[in-house]
Parts: sequence; C-alpha cells; structure tokens
Amino acid sequence: MTRRVVITGVGAVTPLGVGAQTLIDRWSAGESGIEDGFGRCLDFEPLDFLSKKEARRADRFTQMAIAAGNEAIAQAWGEDGELPYDPYRVGCVIATGIGGLVSLEREQEKLITSGPKAVSPLAVPLMMANAATAAVSMRHGLQGECYAVASACAAGTNGLGDAARMIRAGAADAVVAGGAEACITGVATAAFASMEATSASGISRPFDARRDGFVMGEGSGVLVLEEQQAAEARGAEILGELIGYGATGDAHHLTAPQPEGEAAAKAISLAIADAGKSAVDVDYVNAHGTSTPLNDAAETKAIKAALGERASDIPVSSTKSSIGHLLGAAGAVEAIATLEALRRREAPPTVNWEEAEEGLDLDYVPGHSKPIENGDGPLVAISNSFGFGGHNAVLVLEA
Amino acid sequence: MPTQVSPENVEKTIFDGLVELGTERDQLARDASLEDLDVDSLDLVELAQIVEDEYGVELKGDDVKDVKTVGEVIDLVVAKAS
Repeated sequence: MTRRVVITGVGAVTPLGVGAQTLIDRWSAGESGIEDGFGRCLDFEPLDFLSKKEARRADRFTQMAIAAGNEAIAQAWGEDGELPYDPYRVGCVIATGIGGLVSLEREQEKLITSGPKAVSPLAVPLMMANAATAAVSMRHGLQGECYAVASACAAGTNGLGDAARMIRAGAADAVVAGGAEACITGVATAAFASMEATSASGISRPFDARRDGFVMGEGSGVLVLEEQQAAEARGAEILGELIGYGATGDAHHLTAPQPEGEAAAKAISLAIADAGKSAVDVDYVNAHGTSTPLNDAAETKAIKAALGERASDIPVSSTKSSIGHLLGAAGAVEAIATLEALRRREAPPTVNWEEAEEGLDLDYVPGHSKPIENGDGPLVAISNSFGFGGHNAVLVLEA
Repeated sequence: MPTQVSPENVEKTIFDGLVELGTERDQLARDASLEDLDVDSLDLVELAQIVEDEYGVELKGDDVKDVKTVGEVIDLVVAKAS
C-alpha cells in the first residue's frame, strides 16, 4: 500500500517578514523584501525566539530555522509541540547551501588577528552544515533520522524530497523538513559578485529581458510532513499533499546550467510521473527563476520541454522576484509559497517583470496575482530548484 | 598587563563572563551549581578563554572536569595563578 505524504504545518522567516502567511500575503500583493540589493530578514529578532544562551549557540541560519520550525510545529502539533508519534519515528532534515558562514568568517577573523587560542569552542557546532537540523531536533525532541542536505540552491527541495521518501518508505511517520540560509557575508557576497552571478543593478527581475543576476537573500522555511493516514487519524488539518518528487544531475558544468535544460526537464518529468500525474494536470509552476540570464533561459526551455503545450496555458512565477535568492533555503520557502498559492487558488506575480525576451514567452504573471484556474477541485503545482553543480530538484504539490 | 589575580577580581571576571555566556546575573552566587545554571563543558572552555585573556592563566579541560560550583571555578583560577 502506498504511503502518502501530507503537509500539516508551515513556518517561514523571509525578507518579507516573520511567518509563512506574511510571506504569501506580501508576495501576493506584489511587494518586495529587497532593499539596497539584498533580501535581508530585517524583521527577524533572534531573542524573540531564543534565550541569550541559545542565540549564542546558533549561527544566524540556525536561528532562523528554529523560528520557522517553531511556527510549523505549532501549526501541526499545537503550541506545546507534543509529538503525536513515537519520537524515533519523527525525522528532521534542514537543508542549507553553505551552513554557518557568519560564524566561520567571524572565527577566521579572530584566528588572523588574535591567533588560534582566540577561536571559540563553539565555532564548529555553529558553522557545521547540520547545525540547524541539530538545533530543531533537540528543541522538539525529534529522534528519528536527522541530517542536513547540501546541494547548493536545490538543497531545500532535495531536503523535502528526501523527507517525503522517508515517510513513503515507512522509515518515519513524520519529518520536520526545510531549509535555512544566512550567508550575506563579506566572503559570500564578494564571491558571488566576483563570478558575476549576482545582480549589479540589485534588482531581482526573473525572466525579464533586463535581468542581470540574482539578489542574495536569507531566511528559512520549514514544513511538517506526515504520513497521510496517521495525520487523518489524529484529526489533523491537512494543508496539502506532497505528491511527487524528481531529481537529476546535469553532469555538465560547475556553475552553468545545461543551455537547453535537458536534465532539469527530466527532473520535472520524473516528479510529475512520481506523482502519478501528467503534464496536463499541472496548474501552476513556481519557477526557480533566479533572475540570472542563464537560469531563466534554460528553465523556460526545460518547462516547455517537460510540460509541452500545457506550459503556455498556466501561470509561471518566481518567488525570488520578491525576496531574492535564499539559496539552500529557497526550495523550502518556495514550497510553502507554492502550497499557499494553491490554497488561495492564486498565482502571485513575478515582481519587476516588464520586458519580454525572445524565447522567454511563458505567462510569468506580470504586475499582479492572477487566479489559478482548473475547476473547483484540488490544484497541482510544481516547484523547481536548480543548484550550482547541476543539481535539479522538483516537487509536485497538490492542494 | 594581565589583571592582578585576587579572589575579588576573579569573581568579577567569572560572574561577568557567565553573564556574557547567557546566565542571568541574579542567579549567580559562589555556591550556585554549574548544572543548575546550565553551564556545560562548552561554556567552561569559553570561560577559560576569558580567564586566560584576563590573567594569563591557562585552564585545561582536565582542570575543570570535576568543578561543580561557580565558587570552585573562582578558587581554581586563584590557585592556578599562585
């Protein structure tokens, strides 16, 4: 018998503010959380969620994951967060692109200026990529399979895919899964700028002819995934279902996507097939849509290749137009945005999209949100994530 | 120049250090147990860094492994310095 995966809680910390509903409310209204060329979480105050001691023991990416995790778990399992399952049957997978870079750079500075004895004993547990997973699992007593996923900008989506497979395989009854990233630091901003990946104009305008790179963002998204029958048995409110996952590798280039997006298209097709659906069943695409010249061109080709004629009939929009690129957290935050878009039956806009480019001719939802149309039944969406290294990951959600 | 080691100076350093590490100041006392204050091995290593910066006294993990109260930490630093 097939075990199905439902979503019962969501939480987010993004440049649009704290909270999953804040994210979707503001993005749907066409607002932007980008200021001065960065998508910073200016509203996030760690001490609202953590004691002083806990905050000292968590890098910024971990702090954000804890806040997002609290929100998701409170929605799924109540404010007291008592687990409805055997703790060994509840896993935790928090993805990240880099990990605790803020901490790493601070300790490196101490090493250079004051020598090895000045380096904090907390340095390793702060900067390790699995620090957010460790913190969330400790905070909520999650004792099942716990680890981090690292696949650059695809990590959040790969992490949710792994978590869903864990439940489907019978290895867990629930998994707290998502992504977290906070690397708007000296080294990372310089490095992305040096490779001309980030926008010189500081404007995120995916799929627009004038796009000139991505805008760095930070934040976290966390979801509670549960096995459907167990969730229904306990009377949980089901927000939606994660019905499919597909992932591939380009095996092409360290940073550039395949120009024709073949492996990305394959990931989309695999995800749709995994969901038991066809291209015609897809009602909305939450694009990776980074605002880089290469991604948005290749992704458009991939969407067309995978969805065929359906591609030109449905809205395709990019959350990154509103919050920038949250790197390893992007897939998780965008899965939440996708889910909420389906629940509201409304595709939020690709903010800043104005000028079409030849070949980039999908409905990118310029200007304002628009209805996602397909009768009155549940709607289906795909959420794409593609990472440096050629990692492609796609989720199919239904709500 | 390192600060002069005296029980009073060291107490102030340790109290201030523990507050910096996240302990509430009103919970601090010489007889307060480290366990009750939620001060663990990682805190003690950070505290040792503060002590070494201030007094040039080096505390190793072995030195503090049996220490149970704030007062014992203070006494240990004073003893190591003399």
